[in-house]
Amino acid sequence: MTILSNLISGISLGSIYAIIALGYTMVYGIAKMLNFAHGDVIMVGGYLCFCTTSYLGWHPLPAVLLAIVGCTVLGIVVERLAYKPLRSAPSLAVLITAIGVSYFLQNAALLLWGSDPKVFPAFFSFSGQSGVALLGGQLNITYVAMITVTVCLVIMLALTTFTGHTKMGKAMRAVSEDKGAAQLMGIDVNFTISMTFAIGSGLAAIAGVLLCSTYPTLMPTTGSMPGIKAFTAAVFGGIGSTPGALLGGLLLGVIQIFAQAYVSTQLSDAIVFAVLIVVLLVKPTGLLGRQVREKV
Amino acid sequence: MFSKLVSISSGAMVPDRDADKSPILECIGLGVTFGGLKAVENFNLTIGRTEIAGLIGPNGAGKTTVFNLLTKVYQPTKGTILLDGRDTHGMSTTQVNRAGIARTFQNIRLFTNLTVEDNVKVGMNNAMRYNMWSGIFRLPGFWKEEKVAHERAMELLSIFDMQDMANARAGSLPYGAQRRLEIVRALATNPGLLLLDEPAAGMNPSETAELMENIRKIRDTFQIAVLLIEHDMNLVMNICEGICVLNFGQIIAKGSPEEIQSNATVVEAYLGKKKEA
Amino acid sequence: MEKLKRMAPSTRSSFITYGMVIVAYAVMEALLSGGLLKSSLKGLLVPICAYVVMAVSLNLTVGIMGELSLGHAGFMSVGAFTAVIAAAALESTVTSGPVRLAVSMAIGGVAAGLVSLIVVVPVLRLQGDYLAIVTLAFGEIIKNIINCVYVGLDGEGFHFGMKDAASLGLAADGKMLLQGPMGAVGIQKLSSFTAGFLLILLTLAVALNFIHSRAGRAVMALRDNRIAAESVGISPSRYKMMAFVTSAVLAGLAGGLYAMNFSSILAKKFDFNTSILILVFVVLGGMGNIRGSVIAAAALTVLPELLRDFSDYRMLVYAIVLILVMLFTNNPACKTVFARFKLGSPAKKEAV
Repeated sequence: MTILSNLISGISLGSIYAIIALGYTMVYGIAKMLNFAHGDVIMVGGYLCFCTTSYLGWHPLPAVLLAIVGCTVLGIVVERLAYKPLRSAPSLAVLITAIGVSYFLQNAALLLWGSDPKVFPAFFSFSGQSGVALLGGQLNITYVAMITVTVCLVIMLALTTFTGHTKMGKAMRAVSEDKGAAQLMGIDVNFTISMTFAIGSGLAAIAGVLLCSTYPTLMPTTGSMPGIKAFTAAVFGGIGSTPGALLGGLLLGVIQIFAQAYVSTQLSDAIVFAVLIVVLLVKPTGLLGRQVREKV
Repeated sequence: MFSKLVSISSGAMVPDRDADKSPILECIGLGVTFGGLKAVENFNLTIGRTEIAGLIGPNGAGKTTVFNLLTKVYQPTKGTILLDGRDTHGMSTTQVNRAGIARTFQNIRLFTNLTVEDNVKVGMNNAMRYNMWSGIFRLPGFWKEEKVAHERAMELLSIFDMQDMANARAGSLPYGAQRRLEIVRALATNPGLLLLDEPAAGMNPSETAELMENIRKIRDTFQIAVLLIEHDMNLVMNICEGICVLNFGQIIAKGSPEEIQSNATVVEAYLGKKKEA
Repeated sequence: MEKLKRMAPSTRSSFITYGMVIVAYAVMEALLSGGLLKSSLKGLLVPICAYVVMAVSLNLTVGIMGELSLGHAGFMSVGAFTAVIAAAALESTVTSGPVRLAVSMAIGGVAAGLVSLIVVVPVLRLQGDYLAIVTLAFGEIIKNIINCVYVGLDGEGFHFGMKDAASLGLAADGKMLLQGPMGAVGIQKLSSFTAGFLLILLTLAVALNFIHSRAGRAVMALRDNRIAAESVGISPSRYKMMAFVTSAVLAGLAGGLYAMNFSSILAKKFDFNTSILILVFVVLGGMGNIRGSVIAAAALTVLPELLRDFSDYRMLVYAIVLILVMLFTNNPACKTVFARFKLGSPAKKEAV
């Protein structure tokens, strides 16, 4: 039974990684940049939700909505101020700027909320229970896990429909294929990129709330490790690919939980990364990534 | 040094002065498919030791693909390439170059951030022997070989009168000079066969005429074979001894310039079929 | 002066770099002997040297080889902990402090080089962001493993373990060297500013001479155009390996210098954030620009110290400065100004 319960926590954690990885993958696909500040948007989302519920006593639902709106706005503002002026700069310059933004967000959070960990309130407990006991109490599934997996699936379906069937979604795909050509076809490239950042950051806020509900400590550095893991997940699945982000996220979550449970807590990260390296050695562009052949 | 084509034992045609020597290159039934598409099929070609040969054909005929097969940028799916009688099967691009094929590229591929001189010296890399430690600790081997390399680089650059540009960044050169530098870099590897992919592209008639002279000069000085892809028919007909015409990945004609010019299939491939009245 | 003008531009540029470092060292030494240096800055001297070496060595990978590495601190970590253990082991045999420092740093460098021989396998197979993530992963793996290792030394020799200090079965006179998550403890402070200065000179000589030799040209050719480089007979794996391993060995040396400046050190000190910090030095200094790396590493290590007046806002200001510098150096109008100082415009000119 422990295997099953570990599998469930793995899938739940993997779903969070997948949602964050989606943000990485979308931004990478369109702006061809690794948005290192993405993990810190998660943290901001967590803090926004924490403040409105703990200090102002809001109901969780408007609190989550506010976190999403707040992070979306933050994503757009950051993109406008820090990344847009660097559209034509070398990719490493943009990467360093993203790192600067990440430092900025972390240190701003440190000043605003201090370095002591905050305990995130438990939203997802109904009538005093945090989960349902199955098989005569042998298997306990938390509500958080159920909600996380459901939210992840809903987001995946919604995003697939959005990119496949809406005008904005098609514009995004066009921009990610060829910015210049998309512009010539009358697509507003800047607006499309802003929208991508907005969606990615909104997803990060959701991921932040889910992450803090699963692991209820909140610190200015809360977002960085999940951010790195999710970035790894995105590459694992093949960066730029939406199903790849889901697959990569889920696998990473499951591997991490199993490594923690059966090998060593301290070495679990090392095992996750070792698996990643082996996978990339076998499939150099990730599980579902596209192999691009250079024209000679 | 323009000579007539004669047939050798294998039945292939090479210039008469090369007839008593083994050919530098023999392609037998060469072919490649990309996901079901036959990009080049049953490609047979023999090039003499000091022959200047041309590979022509309409756009998309597969000419550059042939170069990519010869230099193993793509691995052929079928056929054999004999370079100086040696099968190049399983060799990498690097190994093929060491075996004696050097090339230029249709879309110029220089080491743009290196100087002109360093571009040429990269071509000489395999001729140099000193190891990494000699380089790092500046041992005598380093100084000796670098001096030789510098002199030889200048000598090669002088073919195209480019010595003055030696310290310029390769990426900053004008287009024509970049094309010439690619040829010099290829020559620096001491090839037996030089592949030129559209060397005259973007050049005006007087530059093209000069290039023509230089290609001949290179062949005469280094006694090597040259295979070139070119759309400038004036250049091709003037300097090539043997010409091979490719269309839809297949050879449609082979022969001397005169034979090619009067070949009905070639004319049709280039200009389209005449409507029957 | 006349002679300086007649030199090849690359040689002249190298000499300016050496000169700059020597002058900086002389000025610092003068300030030190005059007692004019604040103690907080004094404590930064060795770390600055270590970071300069790290930046120059990472520039070999990122600027010269053109591959993004996000795990350079991992090699620093291997070098640091190996050197610390080596220094402890050599305590009785090598009595002279500076010699022991040099020998244990060298052992650290070799250890980092050996580890890089494993990392180089994916480096040769992968490209771009996929390679970046693998280097990141290696850095994290190294950190995780060192966090689990316990090393003790007693009369019988070394004791290794992965569980805890007690399980090593150390004799009563034994000494713990590495205590898992507690890091290395009881380190003798052997490092000095002069040692750091000499290491910088050695690093500059290795890096600059490597770049201006046939191996360096081959590596840069592969960076600029891999297919063209292969077409002139350059073997990608051979030369990439040379650059990568050289870069790792230098990072290992820097790690040794850094660790032996403190009495204890944690594996966490060499995590992803440190790798990123060094990458920031390289990019700000200009990719492939060795002198730029030296300046950027020194300036950015001192900057938080200079921003001390902002107290709590220090790192926030640091972040804003970083973003603004990137925005300005990549702004077309400002670019020309910066180009004159040979700073910040990546890979557009010949490597110095």
